[in-house]
Amino acid sequence: MTLLKTSKLGIMFGGLRAVSNLNLEISSGELVGLIGPNGAGKTTAFNLLTGVYQPTEGTIEFDGDSIVGLKPYQVTQRGIARTFQNIRLFSDLSVLDNVKIAYHFHVKYGLLETVVRMGRYYPEEEELEHKAIQFLKIFNLDGKKDEIAKNLPYGEQRRLEIARALAAQPKLLLLDEPAAGMNPQETHQLMEMIRWIRKEFDLTILLIEHDMSLVMGVCERIYVLDYGMVIATGTPQEIKNNPKVIEAYLGEEVQ
Amino acid sequence: MRVKAKRDLLSLGACLLLYAIIQLLIEVDVIGQFWVLNIVLIGINIILGVSLNLINGFTGQFSIGHAGFMAVGAYVGAVMTVKLHLPFIVAILAGAAGAGILGFAIGLPTLRLSGDYLAIATLGLGEIIRITILNIPYVGGASGLMGIPRLTNFTWVFFATVFTVFFIKNFINSSHGRACISVRENEIAAEAMGVDTTKYKVMAFTIGAAFAGVAGALFAHYFYIVHPASFTFMKSFDLLTIVVLGGLGSITGSITAAILLTFVSAALAGYPEMRMVIYSLMLIGLMLFRPQGLFGNKEISLKFFNRLKGGSPRDAA
Repeated sequence: MTLLKTSKLGIMFGGLRAVSNLNLEISSGELVGLIGPNGAGKTTAFNLLTGVYQPTEGTIEFDGDSIVGLKPYQVTQRGIARTFQNIRLFSDLSVLDNVKIAYHFHVKYGLLETVVRMGRYYPEEEELEHKAIQFLKIFNLDGKKDEIAKNLPYGEQRRLEIARALAAQPKLLLLDEPAAGMNPQETHQLMEMIRWIRKEFDLTILLIEHDMSLVMGVCERIYVLDYGMVIATGTPQEIKNNPKVIEAYLGEEVQ
Repeated sequence: MRVKAKRDLLSLGACLLLYAIIQLLIEVDVIGQFWVLNIVLIGINIILGVSLNLINGFTGQFSIGHAGFMAVGAYVGAVMTVKLHLPFIVAILAGAAGAGILGFAIGLPTLRLSGDYLAIATLGLGEIIRITILNIPYVGGASGLMGIPRLTNFTWVFFATVFTVFFIKNFINSSHGRACISVRENEIAAEAMGVDTTKYKVMAFTIGAAFAGVAGALFAHYFYIVHPASFTFMKSFDLLTIVVLGGLGSITGSITAAILLTFVSAALAGYPEMRMVIYSLMLIGLMLFRPQGLFGNKEISLKFFNRLKGGSPRDAA
């Protein structure tokens, strides 16, 4: 079943065509990579999918509905969560609160119940806390739940950002360079984790990555972007041997 | 979690005890008129400081037009009792509603702005409110609205203050409050986590404005007269000072700062020419040595004292 489908998706920034004619089709449960040289438009594509930018052309269909024109928070509520290339945690809040905020739109108690501390407030807050701690356990962060997010080591901040995105209970998870700044060992662990969360949470994952060992090791299908356009798509094996991809990354052969 | 409920009741009990003690001291005349005045002012300043902290400190929207909302509350409240002869409680609620509705109407368009731009816009709006009132003859125009009955007393101020503090504390410690804080921390990430940032900015702004209205109504009914000159941008800056001095994002900080500044103001009343100089020096000193404010974004609580005693800070959580 197709979960995400974009057709002829494009955006112009003034005269610059950052992304054009982007046709993605991702089925439920797939693990897809989006690669390309710097400035190819990968993050712009993510921003289009999540409503940060509004496309100037084309359509995005998610789970059967068009999501063009929705605000980022509405897109998240529909079931697309993301992480950011440059980590964007709520850096002065505790690790636990970071995850709790992701549950925000699942909370049902109203303003009045909040202020007088009656009705659903205590039961829901208790459940929320319990769920958030369970989540942190999965990512091995429960021991640090009271630490301030910005004081975590870099690798753990990355993990926390993924945990937070998952806590929003998405169907589609977008990871923007999850391995950036990680050493080979950490990257390897991340690979294991990505495989594992997909199975555990029944997720569809689209990831941007420059680390080829991760992309080739974990993705089932890859889209290659260059100058805002898809230049190749296929399995990792096919992509590795595609002359267009090699050209995009390494340049043309000298005559 | 139920420990939290118990702690709330405990603090409420402590508040009642504090009320009883101060009320008794006022009854037996140990606290004279001058200090009653200052205690009333402290209460009003706490309401204003804590409500402004919700907007500036917790939600991170830098507003400097709080005196405008206070003015609306003061005038609406005064009209209720002076012109319409309604009871005091109606005046307070009407003041809150008036300021809240205006806060909502102003917040919706201006909260698209951020940082310096929002500060300038709210500064301008505060002045617009004041100038508008200045030009309404029905409420006395430039000479102010006179003949307001003195209905505000220590009891009203005390319970309004306690209500405000508990309201905002409970709001902050909920999913709604966390959403507001997430806007301050990182607006883009908050949106990406499904938080409707516009809604929460406007919500915080409206609640903050409504409580400024409460403070305004209490203020008007203590001084017999309301005058547009009481609500200039200097007043807004005084309130901003309370928030920054106490620490952006600390309710107890705002309370402490409101008490401290009101006392300093009172103590310096004898030297009017030096008052602003000393006041300013204090602020410069604080900003140099403690730029995050007295308490930063921390709260003073029982938990905090546990930590001082060497107990685990988390055991009460």
